[in-house]
Amino acid sequence: MSEKPVVKSAEQLNDEMLSSLRAPTWRWYLLAFFLGVVVAFGLYAFTHQMLTGMYVTGLSRPVMWGFYIINFVFWVGLSHSGTMVSSILRLSQANWRRPILRAAEAMTVFTITVAGLFPLIHLGRNWIFYYLIPYPNQRGLWPNFRSALLWDMTAIVTYIIGSSLFLYLGMLPDLAVARDRSRGWRRKLYGVLAMGWRGTAREWTVFHQASTLMAALIIPVAVSVHSIVAWDFAVTVVPGWHSTIFPPYFVIGAILSGVAAVITLMIIIRKAFHLEAYLTPMHFDNMGKLLLVISLLWTYAYFVEVQTTWYAHEPIEWEVFSFMAGKYTPALLLMLFGNSLLPIAALCFRRLRRSIGVMLVVSLLINVGMFIERFLIIVPSLSHKNMPFVWGTYRPSWVEISVTAAAFAGFALLYTLFAKCFPMVAVTDVRELEVRETEVTMGRADLPSIAGKD
Amino acid sequence: MKLTSPYKWGMVIDLDRCTGCGACVVACQAENNVAICDEKEIAEGRSMHWLRIERFWVGEYPEVRARFLPVLCQQCGDAPCEPVCPVYASYHNPDGLNGQVYNRCVGTRYCGNNCPYAVRVFNFYPHRWPEPLDNQLSPDVSVRPRGVMEKCTFCIQRIRRAKEDAKADGRQIRDGEVRPACAQTCPSEALVFGNLADPQSRAARLARSPRRFRLLEGLGTHPSVYYLKGGGRENV
Repeated sequence: MSEKPVVKSAEQLNDEMLSSLRAPTWRWYLLAFFLGVVVAFGLYAFTHQMLTGMYVTGLSRPVMWGFYIINFVFWVGLSHSGTMVSSILRLSQANWRRPILRAAEAMTVFTITVAGLFPLIHLGRNWIFYYLIPYPNQRGLWPNFRSALLWDMTAIVTYIIGSSLFLYLGMLPDLAVARDRSRGWRRKLYGVLAMGWRGTAREWTVFHQASTLMAALIIPVAVSVHSIVAWDFAVTVVPGWHSTIFPPYFVIGAILSGVAAVITLMIIIRKAFHLEAYLTPMHFDNMGKLLLVISLLWTYAYFVEVQTTWYAHEPIEWEVFSFMAGKYTPALLLMLFGNSLLPIAALCFRRLRRSIGVMLVVSLLINVGMFIERFLIIVPSLSHKNMPFVWGTYRPSWVEISVTAAAFAGFALLYTLFAKCFPMVAVTDVRELEVRETEVTMGRADLPSIAGKD
Repeated sequence: MKLTSPYKWGMVIDLDRCTGCGACVVACQAENNVAICDEKEIAEGRSMHWLRIERFWVGEYPEVRARFLPVLCQQCGDAPCEPVCPVYASYHNPDGLNGQVYNRCVGTRYCGNNCPYAVRVFNFYPHRWPEPLDNQLSPDVSVRPRGVMEKCTFCIQRIRRAKEDAKADGRQIRDGEVRPACAQTCPSEALVFGNLADPQSRAARLARSPRRFRLLEGLGTHPSVYYLKGGGRENV
């Protein structure tokens, strides 16, 4: 850490970092209530759709996929942050990652859970969703493994399990700290979850090996998940979807929206739980650099996609692009501004990267841009497919918008509940760093240094 | 493609004979229990016709001519709708038809997106047949519930019946013995149905015409529906 840390006692450190576990205030209840209402309304909208029919959505022929699938891709994208950021930083031994870890990993688990619900919400007959699961049955029926949707389901289930394990594993020692500091039902809960962690040398060795292994294993899973989501589109014959750049482009887009979302959440958590001492401008500076690189990559991928289509000028593909640019011009410009122009311009400057306000605006706009990006990939291609006689348009209905709002509220609710029940800052990780940090004298300067290997 | 059946059903549509009267659309609706949609549903792009007649205006006033293109499921040899269905509701049957199992369909609508001809229709609405129209429903064809995808089947119920008759007589189906409702009804005989695996069938002979083309052939879907248009000696 570049700022010289004020020496605090272990007790004080634990107390500050576990501040989110204090008894909830009325403001917390108010927030939870508000989010609960939004979720309840979304549930009502979904039930309404299930009981009456898919006509309550804005879908039609030819646009048979709309907001639900846009949401699905968007939330899978968000889920890429956590695990990717935290595992890449863990493997590259970036010590500044430590206070961010937990927030990012928890985000992954909840966003992928929300994402996984959308393909089910979107089914015409949700009540028989289990036909998609390969379960043994008397009729000898089996799902179709040639379908990208089945790859999707497999990848998402794998990712939910993997990222939950990753989150839980990293939390083990913190749960033990929380267990030792709490009473009543919480003590029982943490006691069970901590699985008898005592903090012996052997436990720590195994723990470090397991975390490194998990971090290394989860990266290919994360990359494959969004590649598979991209294949939902890339393996079709729909003009505008059938593109080989899609898998890497989607993965880059996913990391872009994910990293931006981590930054947004960092800002909120920092403010809500008064963690200014732990989430310093240095962290935002580093995350900003990461965001800058990914934004440049995204810009490159987008450029390549448009450039190849423009150069080939295949009539139907070009029709999709011209239709998209003509009908959705403001959205397209906002996307380009939010995903590429603004981040590249702003994040080049150290002062802006260290400004919390700027980072909030940049990170929020990136996710607005990424939502639009998914819309512009899915809807215009379907609107203008090969047969001009059945071209159409799409406008989301109140049902789809309510379910989308409920998804955001539901994610926030899960996250607030999680923050109230579990340590939001990786306590042991941070403290481990502090213990290792010593001052070394080089010439006439005293410099902070990290002793030992990670 | 290797055939596992002596039949490869196909259709030839002579566009120079099509008058755009719409009799085929009505016949299909009556034969296959196709839902009746009101104006609102059709304006929303949720009509249920398995067969549509695309109308195009060619030329400038006063030299305007109407062109008609009847489009139904092309029963592709390499159908884009089939591999994308996660539950095998959309599958390839031995006669080369693209089958659709309504009971198995969960309504992902992936097949509808991936069909380049946009001939798959989805039951957005729960459809009902007001009395006494419900008495007119064909008992050979299942009535589809809301939330499932449906499309032209080449009147598979008629093919089945012809097969049973042929089997009882210990022979194969004769050319012209089975005709889907649309081909049966077409007043100008623009639609000819038959077994393309039999090179002597009328449909197979017409499909070899120099006037033939298939819709969006460049996509490599190998449709079983051939269109005939201009170009040849009988250019009209």
